[in-house]
Amino acid sequence: MTPDSLGWWGIPLAILGGLLRGSVPFLFVSLGECLTEKSGKINLGLEGSLLLGAVTGYALSFHSGSPWVGVLGAGGAGLGLGAIHAWLVQQRRVNDISVGIAMMIFGGGLANYLGKPYIQPIAPQLPALHWGDWSDLPAVQSALRVSPLLLIGIAIAVSLQWFFKATRWGLIVRAVGESPTAAKAMGFSVARTQTACIMVGAGMAGIAGAYLSLYFPGSWNENISSGQGLLAVALVIFARWNPIQCLWAALLFGGTQGLGPALQSVGIEGYYYVFNAMPYLLTLVIMVATCSPVRSSVGAPASLGQPRPDA
Amino acid sequence: MSSHPRLPLSRRHMIRGLLAASAFGATSQLWTGCSSKPTSEAEATDSSAASSDAPLVIGMLYVGPKDDYGWNQAHAEGAAGIMKLPGIKVVEEANVPETTAAAETMRSMIVQDGATVLFPTSFGYFDPYILELAKEFPEVQFLHCGTLFEEGKHPNNVGSYFGFIDEAYYVAGIVAAHASKTGQMGFVMAKPIPRIVRTLNSWMLGARSVNPAATTQLIVTGAWSDPVKEAEAVNSMADQGIDVITCNVDNAKVVMETAEKRGIYCSGNGVNQSAVAPKGYLTGAEWDWTGVYTSYATMIQEGKTLMNGGIPHLYLGGLSDNFVKLSPYGEPVSEAAKAEAEQAKAGLMDGSLVVYKGEIKDNTGATVIPAGTEYKPGNPELEKMDWLVEGVNGTITS
Amino acid sequence: MRMLRSSHLRWRSRLESLCIPVGALLVALLLFGGLCALEGYNPLSVYGAIYQAAFGSRFAWQNTLLRAAPLMLSALCTVLPARLGLIVIGNEGALVLGGLLAAITGIQLAAAPTSLGLLAMALAGVIAGGLWIMVIGALRHFRGVNETISSLLMNYLAIAFLSHMVEGPWRDPSSLNQPSTFLIPDALRLGNLPPSRVHYGLLYGLAACAIAHLLIQRTTFGFAVRTVGGNRRAARMVGLATGKLTLAICFLAGSCAGLAGMVEVAAVHGRANGALHANYGYSSILVAFVAKQNSLTVILVAILLGGILASGSLLQRALEMPDATVMVLQGLIFLVILYSESLYGQIPWFREPRPSDDPSPAVHPPVLASATVTPPSPSGDLHR
Repeated sequence: MTPDSLGWWGIPLAILGGLLRGSVPFLFVSLGECLTEKSGKINLGLEGSLLLGAVTGYALSFHSGSPWVGVLGAGGAGLGLGAIHAWLVQQRRVNDISVGIAMMIFGGGLANYLGKPYIQPIAPQLPALHWGDWSDLPAVQSALRVSPLLLIGIAIAVSLQWFFKATRWGLIVRAVGESPTAAKAMGFSVARTQTACIMVGAGMAGIAGAYLSLYFPGSWNENISSGQGLLAVALVIFARWNPIQCLWAALLFGGTQGLGPALQSVGIEGYYYVFNAMPYLLTLVIMVATCSPVRSSVGAPASLGQPRPDA
Repeated sequence: MSSHPRLPLSRRHMIRGLLAASAFGATSQLWTGCSSKPTSEAEATDSSAASSDAPLVIGMLYVGPKDDYGWNQAHAEGAAGIMKLPGIKVVEEANVPETTAAAETMRSMIVQDGATVLFPTSFGYFDPYILELAKEFPEVQFLHCGTLFEEGKHPNNVGSYFGFIDEAYYVAGIVAAHASKTGQMGFVMAKPIPRIVRTLNSWMLGARSVNPAATTQLIVTGAWSDPVKEAEAVNSMADQGIDVITCNVDNAKVVMETAEKRGIYCSGNGVNQSAVAPKGYLTGAEWDWTGVYTSYATMIQEGKTLMNGGIPHLYLGGLSDNFVKLSPYGEPVSEAAKAEAEQAKAGLMDGSLVVYKGEIKDNTGATVIPAGTEYKPGNPELEKMDWLVEGVNGTITS
Repeated sequence: MRMLRSSHLRWRSRLESLCIPVGALLVALLLFGGLCALEGYNPLSVYGAIYQAAFGSRFAWQNTLLRAAPLMLSALCTVLPARLGLIVIGNEGALVLGGLLAAITGIQLAAAPTSLGLLAMALAGVIAGGLWIMVIGALRHFRGVNETISSLLMNYLAIAFLSHMVEGPWRDPSSLNQPSTFLIPDALRLGNLPPSRVHYGLLYGLAACAIAHLLIQRTTFGFAVRTVGGNRRAARMVGLATGKLTLAICFLAGSCAGLAGMVEVAAVHGRANGALHANYGYSSILVAFVAKQNSLTVILVAILLGGILASGSLLQRALEMPDATVMVLQGLIFLVILYSESLYGQIPWFREPRPSDDPSPAVHPPVLASATVTPPSPSGDLHR
């Protein structure tokens, strides 16, 4: 063992590092989905927004030289796909889950199509906050390198919580999600509220994509997301549609991502497929444990997944 | 179910090869054909395609996107190299899964595009797809990237070609051991299959020839491309004091970038990735398929075929035959390291240096190659490699 | 369009249900052509290539049908639960597991007669896939777990299981660089339909779609399923056992995808390995939705998608378009067809007079038709 080596201490450090690095995409996508679902619609297609955001962010950062332009562009790409989704789900007889699956294919296809020229170039990356510089250990320094987007994400989680609880607009969103008919009767526009929520949600997924391509792992290729956008949608369910719980869930999933490689690096080998499947199994187990057959989801917007009355 | 207006214009714009579809295999027979009579010119609407100096049509199949900065791109660059040659036309298809789609693509290339030589570049294309089609189209040559061809067992119009990229890994291991201060190195592996395991073992043997106490930590991601896991693997190895990292995954860019961010050295895989890690890039094991494809094209244009014995059924090579090469040494590589690496390279090229020469023990202490035995690069024993050489920390059972 | 089973509908409705999907397809192709033109490709040559590669010759048809065969079976995995109001997208997982278990069964049956061996393999695939999706149904019924999300997650689990088993415990040690199970005996390989290169899997797919259609439309079980799908609460009130129906329909759904896996093993791969995970399951979700969850329409849509996949091949070879092109086209078609759903009853020309029981003559003056049209339901307006 050399002095630089951490041995078993590497495991908690890897989890901490993984949690700080890997949780941001989960956080942004699950908050976006949380907002969307609170308004009574489901967007399964955030994986598509995430991929398109990743490639847009990378390309814009490459051409403009500024990663923050990339982040904005990625958000814009997400908004664009969100607008299509929102418009489609407002049509009669159009099911939001099937639109989501279609948007996933369409967004992913578009991202792969447009992304061909950006696999090799190196785009400027987002800066990091160096919170670990007090330590002499490079491992600690690296684990405590934090992206400003994580802080922004946490801020969004907290303010989204406040938004739902304490603001008039938040109340409108919740009313629309609970009972569109009643919201309509109160004089709120269901379609407009839902459209806004879906678009903002997809925009956040786009930013999650930019984080992937511009910070960690910090590269564009066609497998960049490896299904994180899908998993994040599932996260919302066991976060009980609560933004703060989305934050904990995202941190949990970020942490498990670093766990498999970290265990191998200290000599726990084999079963890597099992380890890699752990996040999915974990989500499923938590869903089974927390769902209830009587009311399928405590905290769920009542009109979620219900067809439009005229459908 | 015609799903769009059938405009006459669209017909006219149709690509030439397609129009030959009705002439089932006519073009292919025309090309190789001493046995078949030339088909009437009327069959092919484009007269140039039917003349005696018709281009040699070569079909390339890739299992992933052809700009993946890795395995498929290396082949696509090789194909781009021969596209420029006179009298050669290359048809390409990327993202062909190892299902009936592979067979259909090969068949379409033969029948519709008139391809007479196919290069299916993924391992999984061989059995059953290539073997079945080779029986059906005995005049088409199927050159499969791999080492699977067996004389007497497989059709005569099938051949295999592959490069001993582990030779380049051996040299890269020497460079790495010189650069490493801790003597601990890391290897990110996609899947523990023999051809990949062999690159790890050669790397380790190269490193141990410099520093007998050197170790390599193995991390298997389980997927050909999973950027997040690859990055986490590098991070966790860097946390453990590992200061040189290499990999064998489809797209090494993320591994190189993450190593650079962590301030440790890296050694590339597949194509030259020095631009990604300008400070820490030592060298890398690169494919060089252009030379291979060019020599195949030349042989075929000279009238040689697998069937007439002009082309060998197994075409294998390493550093000496330009199947593989090393990236130019990076800045951190010392003169001593360069000298030793160049010496090893020369030894590998003239055959005086054999990587797998007994006694070699695996990482459980068992002897896998007894003293006095040596396996030259083409030895089939090496194709079955399911052990990790002494000094590697890890296992390869899933 | 006999499958629309609409003897009581009048010709305008029939025409509507023909024109809207076809029109949507055309619009999607137009949009796609526009995108191609933006990228500098000639849309007409793109259309030409799509047609030629998919349906332009006998050769192309066989290519298309080969790609369509596994889609039909695995699309039923989404279609059947949808009739009960469940959105299950676990097709890929059930297919992969069915294939793996069928291969393992086949390997054990080297000495069995062909028919028995094939039956055992099919049963293994059916049971493996069926139980896998039944778990999703059970979680939904007993625990209220969202079936869409759980089936999505279980896909990953099934694929991880496949990878683990073929690279570990069930690996044929001689499968060096492509870890696989042992080969199934030659006697258990499914052959091709005689004058073609299309394997028997196509027949399995056609038969399964037909049986599923009869089951849903012509049996008491199917009637119960449709009743529950129409209104779960009402169905429970009239005493329908929704739990049993959920489990049964999920088992049937999974068994179709599992059978698709068995066909892939018996007709194509001859063993199980990572290549079983070839995204047929995911593509077939698209088939199911575009087919509006109708078992017979699935056949047509699977052929259409098979054709699109076949043309993806030619677009690359002949026009040198990127491989992702065909994915964009799939997404576009899917989106436009979903949108077109909302047009039913909205285009004045297709409107019939208010439906009544008397079989009136099929031709009505257009003025009368538009005058007596049913207004959109009031609840629909609430949403605008």
